Amino acid sequence: MNTSIASAARPSRRFSLPRLETVAAWLLAIVWIFPLLYAFWAAFHPSEFMVRFDLLAPLTLENFADAWEQAPFARYYLNTFALVTGVVLAQFVVCTLAGFAFARFPVPGKDILFMLVLIQLFVFPEVLIVENYRIASGLGLVDTITGIGLPYVASAFGIFLLRQTFKTIPRELEDAARIEGCGWMAILLKVYVPLAKPTYLAYGLVSISHHWNNFLWPLVVTNSVESRPLTVGLGVFSAPETGVNWATVSAATLLSIAPLLVAFLLFQRQFVQSFLRAGIR
Amino acid sequence: MIQNADRRMQIYGALLLLPAAVLLATFAYLPTVATLVNSLFLPGFRGEPATFVGLENYQLLIEDDTFWQVARNNLLYALGTIPTSIALALGMALLVNARLPGRGFVRMAYFTPTILPMIAAANIWMFFYAPQIGLFNALLGWLGLPGVNWLGDPGVALGSVIVMTVWKEAGFFMIFYLAALQSIPPELEEASNLEGTSRWSFFWRVTFPLLMPTTLFVLINALINAVRVVDHLFILTKGGPNNATNLLLYYVYENAFSFFDRTYAATITVVILLVLAVVATVKFTVLDRRTHYQ
Repeated sequence: MNTSIASAARPSRRFSLPRLETVAAWLLAIVWIFPLLYAFWAAFHPSEFMVRFDLLAPLTLENFADAWEQAPFARYYLNTFALVTGVVLAQFVVCTLAGFAFARFPVPGKDILFMLVLIQLFVFPEVLIVENYRIASGLGLVDTITGIGLPYVASAFGIFLLRQTFKTIPRELEDAARIEGCGWMAILLKVYVPLAKPTYLAYGLVSISHHWNNFLWPLVVTNSVESRPLTVGLGVFSAPETGVNWATVSAATLLSIAPLLVAFLLFQRQFVQSFLRAGIR
Repeated sequence: MIQNADRRMQIYGALLLLPAAVLLATFAYLPTVATLVNSLFLPGFRGEPATFVGLENYQLLIEDDTFWQVARNNLLYALGTIPTSIALALGMALLVNARLPGRGFVRMAYFTPTILPMIAAANIWMFFYAPQIGLFNALLGWLGLPGVNWLGDPGVALGSVIVMTVWKEAGFFMIFYLAALQSIPPELEEASNLEGTSRWSFFWRVTFPLLMPTTLFVLINALINAVRVVDHLFILTKGGPNNATNLLLYYVYENAFSFFDRTYAATITVVILLVLAVVATVKFTVLDRRTHYQ
């Protein structure tokens, strides 16, 4: 046992059989990435090659053209983009203000209020779909992008993260800014927000991927092409009973995941770091 | 003067909290309370007001065989997904934490499913599970074996849904284990090597206990996901066949938006809220003794 650790620490120049762990790790990796590779295979080949693996099978972009034609994906992209941008920006504003108050202001009953906020870490808007739908319809928000995003804006998680970050910022910086004549708002914007940049990045990435992928609440609260995000559009498009060609479905699937997937592959480290920092989605 | 400044600070703080408070009240507290209240009513049909019926909905719930089946499914789903994905996540983290050729690729392969929407993952797995043209049955066919109705056979369908969920979740949990493993001081392993401890007992005596906080954290997340995420059912099975894969939240959705029985949907939601309350209590009492919110 010890010898294998020692030899692993010193890369040997001679050819040697790969260790059992290496084989296991690679096998598992291939199994894990296979579904995605298979989706690529199905999307880029004519549908008769779905279960015929022929390396010489002709490549085609037809499936993507079909998907793009059969469902308003351009509109879905636009909706998702508007949704994600709006939610993240609104979350930044609301959670910054609340996190700042929890970190630095002597609000009476602050601890109880904070516990109340933390409850939302467990009671998500999608668990309360029935009542949230009634409230959204009472506010005239059904079938709007605002309606999809608004329940998520006061994110307990964002408030929690920003409060933690703000608490670590030394008070001396705040005092220095005050001596220079800054008011509370200026202190928040010039001292706290810039120093919390890594937290905003981490929270932003987690929030973007959550809302890009979110399905149940958007499904419930939208009913037209004008407000549906990509996930719901994809769900409607690829429901088995619609009888859409499978190659087209896999092209559509790739279309909807492409932006996030590409972003992830480019900024892998940042994504993983963000999920780690953020801990809970 | 000082008291005045203090008072101003309080008001300022309250104002900063106001937007979050209004939104949380509207989309978290109010609907929670309304759910509890509604579970005590029967819906009014044709514009009549709802009628108060006390615990009648709960009586219905207890007598509803479908509800019990769905609750049992959800329990099996949790038991099927959580230990498996945690064990796999830990295994993946151990593999990726060691010296490994192509480590970057392997880690990416494990983590990538996490980035996909559940709907997309379900679409992809549909290609595997579909009865005629699905890949799994094609593979079985090449081996000369009869095909399995992966999503249509009540005895198999829930298992198929569980497998897909494990695939989707394990990589997410892996990164927490990986971070925890990297924070274990290497001196521990060096010392145990000097003592001649086998790797097996080093793992069980040192690594695994040190990872306990991570395991608890991951467990809480996995429990929440087991009641919260039902997106894949919309593509894979729609809760069928015969409710064999129906889960609590999907049953809520069906009752509210297919059967239009809002108060019964509220009653099932109360059950979900109870489960989440238990999870939250465990988290805030057991877990937070280790990880302090400061």
